[in-house]
Amino acid sequence: MQRFVNNRDEVVEDTIKGFVKAHRDIVRLAENQRVVTAIDRPAQGKVGVVTGGGSGHEPAFIGYIGRNMLDAVAVGELFSSPTAKSFQDAIREANGGKGVVVLYGNYAGDNMNVKMAMKLAAKDGIEVATVVATDDVCSAPAEEQAKRRGVAGEIFMWKVGGAKASMGASLSEVRDAAQKAIDNCRSVGVGLGPCTLPAVGHPNFQIEPGTIEVGIGHHGEPGVRVEALKSASEVAKDMCQIVLDDHDLGSGTEVAVLVSGLGATPLNELYILFDTVEEEISGRGLRIHKAYVGNYFTSLEMVGATLTVMALDEELKSLLEVEVRCAATL
Amino acid sequence: MQKMNNAAAGEIVVSMARAIIDNRAYLSEIDGKIGDGDHGINMAKGFGLVADRIRGKELSLAKALETLGTVLMTEIGGSMGPLYGVMFTEFAQQIDQVDLIDNKTFSRMLHAGLTGIQEIGSAKVGDKTLLDTLVPAVEAFDKATSEGKSFDEALELLVAAAESGRDSTVNLIARIGRASRLGERSLGVLDAGATSCALILKELSEGTRDRLQ
Repeated sequence: MQRFVNNRDEVVEDTIKGFVKAHRDIVRLAENQRVVTAIDRPAQGKVGVVTGGGSGHEPAFIGYIGRNMLDAVAVGELFSSPTAKSFQDAIREANGGKGVVVLYGNYAGDNMNVKMAMKLAAKDGIEVATVVATDDVCSAPAEEQAKRRGVAGEIFMWKVGGAKASMGASLSEVRDAAQKAIDNCRSVGVGLGPCTLPAVGHPNFQIEPGTIEVGIGHHGEPGVRVEALKSASEVAKDMCQIVLDDHDLGSGTEVAVLVSGLGATPLNELYILFDTVEEEISGRGLRIHKAYVGNYFTSLEMVGATLTVMALDEELKSLLEVEVRCAATL
Repeated sequence: MQKMNNAAAGEIVVSMARAIIDNRAYLSEIDGKIGDGDHGINMAKGFGLVADRIRGKELSLAKALETLGTVLMTEIGGSMGPLYGVMFTEFAQQIDQVDLIDNKTFSRMLHAGLTGIQEIGSAKVGDKTLLDTLVPAVEAFDKATSEGKSFDEALELLVAAAESGRDSTVNLIARIGRASRLGERSLGVLDAGATSCALILKELSEGTRDRLQ
């Protein structure tokens, strides 16, 4: 495939450079060139909100830096966790004296690097709390929820955590709100076509034409089944069933819904999916309070989409309403 | 008693880097079968940076290992950055103040690296990770030493155990990391971390054997 690349080993560096130039009214590059922060951070007296992860998921993670959202992000190689040092530096950049919450996804590398960064931050005298996203239903059964991956539900976790922090909440209050957000999220991904790491040069997995991989992960982790590709409506029904059967929500529950493309699926197809998603969710007696449809959390040029449903209570609803200003549209 | 002079052994890390860089494509190829195929790329990037920084500087092994550990931890990330970063940093700490490295110091060094990895990761032997190489290698070295074998022979047995440990991962189901999502489909493929670990231990051991006095 054809790409806009200068040097395939410097894709991340070049991405950050362009991003910081494009959004200089919102973000700045930290001294550590793998850390991007909101322009006016740290804010004294506010809990810092940090995340980090591999690159290739744009606008995640850097696109969610900004007012009432993330304060700083540690940026890793494509699909590879940032270093412990980058997480440490992001924590430092975000620290306004009230501690820092790190909201990240459940991946081996991220777990280890955040763990090391917490030790380093403790030496800096910064109190750190963490929340690990585990919203991807197909990555482990319900009884092993702690093993599940974190996917697009992370966006809701950041939005809720960021909003709570902006209101002057304490470290434990911000952590608890973010934890509640992710606990209330369920997500599923489906793949129609693979992606390629530029430095590798070929896809490391295949999705045969005419088939769909149900339950695929954000790095092409295999799903739970491969089957013949069906109509968008039938795919959307399957996605809703996977997410909602795991969720056990009472009739009348209000939810936030996020349909995200994986990078190479056009927006119109996401709206085609959402048309049925809305019918299915409403059909179960749930009420959609707010919907997001777009490319929120991608996987290079993977063809496919994810669906995330977050159950709302009054607190989550009001936190979701807090306006944000970041490069990604929310 | 066989010993190695710490002061002149930093070049061992340069040979380690060469082995990783030479195997860049191979490591990525096996990683690609059950992972995302960037193991060789990331490892070669980190080790290459270190080799450029220490080549021709006549560093001690301790200093060279410390440089390696720091670069992996601060510049590589992923899963291998912290795991190998901790291992090499711990190795370095154990021999930092030692002029002549004997088999007891070498064993202490191996154990410190292993403990460091176990504290940060959560894998066990049999999970299809680099521990399937490292643990039997350390055990083989200690067993040989306790049986009264020479430092040289113990290092030879360490390499053999590392390589058979690496090969054992072919028949293992991944239980941790990205490949664990594959279940039985991870069977029949070498683990990339176990493979790079065998390369590293081989260069460390052979470099030490060549310098024994």
